[in-house]
Amino acid sequence: MKSRSLTVMDQRGTYRPAPPPAWQPRTDAAPLLPDAEPYRVLGTEAARQADPGLLRRLYAELVRGRRYNAQATALTKQGRLAVYPSSTGQEACQVAAALALEDRDWLFPSYRDTLAAIARGLDPVQALSLLRGDWHTGYDPREHRIAPLCTPLATQLPHAVGLAHAARLKGDGVVALAMVGDGGTSEGDFHEALNFAAVWQAPVVFLVQNNGFAISVPLAKQTAAPSLAHKAVGYGMPGRLVDGNDAAALHEVLTEAVRHARAGGGPTLVEAVTYRIDAHTNADDATRYRGDAEVQAWRDHDPIALLARELTERGLLDEEAVRKARDDAEAVAADLRARMNQDPGLDPMDLFAHVYAEPTPQLREQAAQLRAELDAEAEGTATTPEGTGR
Amino acid sequence: MTTVAAKPAAVAAKPATMAQALGRALRDAMAEDPAVHVMGEDVGTLGGVFRITDGLAGEFGDDRCTDTPLAEAGILGTAVGMAMYGLRPVVEMQFDAFAYPAFEQLVSHVARMRNRTKGRMPLPLTVRVPYGGGIGGVEHHSDSSEAYYMATPGLHVVTPSTVADAYGLLRAAIASDDPVVFLEPKRLYWSKADWNPEHPLAVEPIGRAVVRRSGRSATLITYGPSVPVCLEAAEAARAEGWDLEVVDLRSLVPFDDETVCASVRRTGRAVVVHESGGFGGPGGEIAARVTERCFHHLEAPVLRVAGFDIPYPPPMLERHHLPGVDRILDAVARLQWEAES
Repeated sequence: MKSRSLTVMDQRGTYRPAPPPAWQPRTDAAPLLPDAEPYRVLGTEAARQADPGLLRRLYAELVRGRRYNAQATALTKQGRLAVYPSSTGQEACQVAAALALEDRDWLFPSYRDTLAAIARGLDPVQALSLLRGDWHTGYDPREHRIAPLCTPLATQLPHAVGLAHAARLKGDGVVALAMVGDGGTSEGDFHEALNFAAVWQAPVVFLVQNNGFAISVPLAKQTAAPSLAHKAVGYGMPGRLVDGNDAAALHEVLTEAVRHARAGGGPTLVEAVTYRIDAHTNADDATRYRGDAEVQAWRDHDPIALLARELTERGLLDEEAVRKARDDAEAVAADLRARMNQDPGLDPMDLFAHVYAEPTPQLREQAAQLRAELDAEAEGTATTPEGTGR
Repeated sequence: MTTVAAKPAAVAAKPATMAQALGRALRDAMAEDPAVHVMGEDVGTLGGVFRITDGLAGEFGDDRCTDTPLAEAGILGTAVGMAMYGLRPVVEMQFDAFAYPAFEQLVSHVARMRNRTKGRMPLPLTVRVPYGGGIGGVEHHSDSSEAYYMATPGLHVVTPSTVADAYGLLRAAIASDDPVVFLEPKRLYWSKADWNPEHPLAVEPIGRAVVRRSGRSATLITYGPSVPVCLEAAEAARAEGWDLEVVDLRSLVPFDDETVCASVRRTGRAVVVHESGGFGGPGGEIAARVTERCFHHLEAPVLRVAGFDIPYPPPMLERHHLPGVDRILDAVARLQWEAES
């Protein structure tokens, strides 16, 4: 039963506190530091090296994603979604996160990341279960390797670390990519997840979408760090600062971080500097905490426009391709509209079916009570003449 | 009613402590199932501050018995991810009060994952928590936190009071496909019983209470660290002419209404005994359940003997807080015996 495999714990097990002057840093901090400026590809020489097929695919996905965001927001106004936290303006982050992963990898999204889940192949109706309110998670996480959309901030990050650690122990070569916002980086779970990931050298990539606001609170009130990417250094992992509206740069950095993790190089923290063009959700009023000029400045740095400009300059995007992307996005929106306008078939008895593997005696009693109430309701409906109510 | 059946005399039964039985349960579970991973603070080289995991890292390696960074939310949160990937983590929280940082992970994720995913992603995960007082611990080392866990749907809450149950219930907890909060009464860690670890007692599934002592006068309903206190009280009560029955709940969730109510219907009187505070504590729920189900069998209101509703006292004062034999007998005396004389 002896299975003392070599892990990072063994490798780092040699560290012992030593009294000064023998003390020396355990790790050289310099290679971990992020660039001073967000990394960019679009509009630079590096873009000329990028794969045209990839750029075209990113463009189509971004256009589709923006249309999906608009459609989902519209569905809240029609009462078909309880709430929708839009990722308009952040489509490059959403799409690049999904495309950086292989099929066997895992995505750990937050509630604002339905688009990433969809870009990874999840059915939009299933992805929206939480926000529609017909159930909490509308898909099988193991089938799609997408963890449930997580609402309590940053609490999904340690899950990603644990899953990646378990996969590594099994030698499966699986990487987990976990998404969090700028506000989430203040949470204790962010700190603990990054610390565990670095100590275990877990194959995880943390993607911080710094969209400028935690609902209404700007980043300046959230942190005094030089950048969120700098936080990586304190844990002993590399931090990367990227233009979050540059889909090509994000795809490159995330793909490299995933490759690095898969190869046993450990975790990376990526900060994507982006902007939430819409309010926090449909229930929020963004005019209370930011001005039009600021929003307009970010609209001028729009992820789709940046990519379209690059593609057009290289002769990779003609009117036909633009129309095709738009039609494709319209088809996705029409399908979503049609299916979300159908009422989901709900069985209230499901409320008791999945609390435990076997319902407790107490839950069986309560299920019987609800069953009786439903039966009485059905009987009342059946015997009451139409229009008279009960 | 469930009673402990008389077992065949063990071939080589020797005195063993509850701590040893718990360690043996972990070892056997790890040997049987490579998915079982033990993790927590100091569980590796040291063997845990209570030495429950002694020898596991040596036998199974650091990857199976892992010293984690000191961060309870991180420990439980990463255990969730490990369980999502198909492992069966057993997490040690060092002390009751040090489990609180992990509370959000427990409530918002551990307890909900099966339900949230309509049963598609169950979380087989055991959280071991040494709990309760009576060991002279300084502040934050003696809490009875069971009411918090009981109030969280999706968790099983289990606590042994005997050496044999410590082994059997922990094995059942680890084998369960649902998350189990396994509360270990730390003042019973060094309690001993004749036990043959080569022939560990089979245990019933989680959720069954057991009658530890049969009696006709009244029922003491209790669990964990208060079980030996109640048994002692029952012996002392004989001098007063009371023949007390003692029910050991073993599992707070699911709750065994059947065994508890069968006992109360026989005796007609009941006292709930626990260390946890009375207000909002488990005893209130238990008394309500018994009253709802056994009202016409009751000769007196169901009483509670609980810890006071105060922050856990400093060690030099804790004896005044903990329910003891005298306080239990005082409660029994208030069960309206006058009508019978």
